[in-house]
Amino acid sequence: MSESVPGIAPEVFAPHEAPASPPQASEEVEFVQLLTPEGERVEHPDYSFDLDDEAVKGFYRDMTLVRRIDTEATALQRQGELGIWASLLGQEAAQIGSGRALNSKDMVFPTYREHGVAWCQGVNPLNLLGLFRGVDQGAWDPRENNFHLYTIVIGAQTLHATGYAMGQQRDHVIGDPDNGEATIAYFGDGASSQGDVNEAFIYASVFNAPIVFFCQNNQWAISEPIDRQTRIPLYQRAAGFGFPGVRVDGNDVLATYAVTQQAMKRAREGSGPTLVEAYTYRMGAHTTSDDPTKYRLNEDLEHWKLKDPIERVRAYLTRSAGVGPEYFDEIEAEADQVAAELRRGCLSLPDPTLTDFFDHAYVDQTPQLAEQKQQFAAYAASFSDSEGEG
Amino acid sequence: MTKISLGKGINMGLRAAMESDPKVVIMGEDIGKLGGVFRVTEGLQKDFGEDRVIDTPLAESGIIGTAVGLALRGYRPVCEIQFDGFVFPAYDQIINQVAKMHYRSMGKIRMPVVIRIPFGGGIGAVEHHSESPETLFAHVAGLKVVACGDPVDAYWMIQQAIASDDPVVFFEPKRRYHEKAELDESVPPAYPLHQAKVVREGTDVTLFCYGPMVKTCVQAAEAAVEDGRSLEVVDLRTISPLDLRTIFASVKKTRRAVVVHEAPFTLGPGSEIAARVTEECFYHLEAPVLRVAGYDTPYPPSRMEEEYLPDLDRVLDGVDRVMGY
Repeated sequence: MSESVPGIAPEVFAPHEAPASPPQASEEVEFVQLLTPEGERVEHPDYSFDLDDEAVKGFYRDMTLVRRIDTEATALQRQGELGIWASLLGQEAAQIGSGRALNSKDMVFPTYREHGVAWCQGVNPLNLLGLFRGVDQGAWDPRENNFHLYTIVIGAQTLHATGYAMGQQRDHVIGDPDNGEATIAYFGDGASSQGDVNEAFIYASVFNAPIVFFCQNNQWAISEPIDRQTRIPLYQRAAGFGFPGVRVDGNDVLATYAVTQQAMKRAREGSGPTLVEAYTYRMGAHTTSDDPTKYRLNEDLEHWKLKDPIERVRAYLTRSAGVGPEYFDEIEAEADQVAAELRRGCLSLPDPTLTDFFDHAYVDQTPQLAEQKQQFAAYAASFSDSEGEG
Repeated sequence: MTKISLGKGINMGLRAAMESDPKVVIMGEDIGKLGGVFRVTEGLQKDFGEDRVIDTPLAESGIIGTAVGLALRGYRPVCEIQFDGFVFPAYDQIINQVAKMHYRSMGKIRMPVVIRIPFGGGIGAVEHHSESPETLFAHVAGLKVVACGDPVDAYWMIQQAIASDDPVVFFEPKRRYHEKAELDESVPPAYPLHQAKVVREGTDVTLFCYGPMVKTCVQAAEAAVEDGRSLEVVDLRTISPLDLRTIFASVKKTRRAVVVHEAPFTLGPGSEIAARVTEECFYHLEAPVLRVAGYDTPYPPSRMEEEYLPDLDRVLDGVDRVMGY
């Protein structure tokens, strides 16, 4: 397959050769695509999208709302209400397509950018903000929505996901492609260089764990382009670990849905792991602290704008499904409402007190920590006393 | 009553824990058919199957990282790290994930993970096989760190560690794996996990020790009798949290203390004990708290390890010094 991927070097390299350059903006990359950037449905021999247009409208709504949530969070950061924000801009299709392919019993292990997947799992977007506002470390209950906490250390969660999938195996809840359980681990192109990700591939492979490794290749690990992480297309790495890998147009919500669904079924039925590489582009900065103008070209961004994941669905719905502008207006209005609610919620998040946090270092608190908590409380109280007296 | 070795004590403790709780799984390198390089897990895979006694790929971060996932799924994983010096590939998972999960989830997630590490020197091993990295874990909030020093403690402490809802780094004194003692399983454990025990009472000096140094200190105390000195030996058992109550009570009685460990001198457990004893027992002390420890070099080649490791003579030298004030 690599021969038909211009810009990505073939499998065999002489050691002295310079690293392959990544696909340039104007070049085509081979992947599973079911909806073109122009909004045309296309067929693929191995994957098909079997839901109706109502579902596609649902995807449009999901993607529009999470983009609006994302925009609002970025605005909140710019206004000083969040310390930092990691934007998902451009990756809506990868996240909504894969997120909507999950069953209620499947378990998700996200990075810190999976706001769209969180949305699909029913996590209140406000819960995502705690970590970025600094009122907690992202303390939602993973069991409530089968959505684990955001993981900041790059790639660490892929091992957690693998272990969790090994637990599903031991609980004998696999074997049925539709009613079984499986796990999905999200990570990025940068994480693919981490030892933990490679160890996760090995563990998942040798134990045949029910897991899908979902890599959003957004082309950038902060400032480092994909060619600093790999000389072959990432999905091809799966072959070396002994399980299938597939590349999907990460800006095509129908294709990411279809590919993820098939991979999850495979995991649930007990056929083992799959690596999905969702080929997409990080349209924003790495986080609000980053400045991509220092390391990438505006032309690339302009090129990827033409592949926008939401616009192509709108074009499809308008041209092929007879959806009128009132539907889109309705979604816009709902998005504004969700954003306003998020803003209100963010501003009213209670400030935590350090005293509360002493209690969570251990289940069974140590006498030393109990003593420190007491000392801190007394010290803090000494100030409020003097204020009262003053 | 059965006479068992320390290694057998851990083996029996693991077996008892696995029998009483089907969620206990053990995982590590070579722990299945081989029974581990020290044979501590011998026979367990045969009796509990490959799903509960998991021979893992040779990747330590993978062992701990997948244990986190298993714990999230409701299991109680017991991980074996083959040797002390091999734990570091897993250090990120232990420090950033295992230790912090309960805290960062505001108590919603528990990590009942036990990480067993054979530690310490004295077996003539090659590089990276003789280290004492306990301080590197004891300094981390969220972890509990213990070390067993005798077969009976080995049997009970491993079960208590597995029952703990907090993650426990469990250090096993590898050169004492073959030390033997009588175990009566029908007698419940005399101490909770995080309590020190006075293994020998004395009046002149307290020796604080743990793991492999317990035997050394008891021998030193026996030898000191000839010099007319009465040494108290306290097996700390728990390094984080320290059992300060037992420590302070002993120092208030003897008024002199020497902390003995194989771990390097600077910022070792002895440093914390010296600081806390100074804070709490200042007016009881006849002398500063002294330390007898490994030196601040990497662990030496094995031909020199007997000089590097605290032994009976170095312990008694420490006693002489603390009596000299």
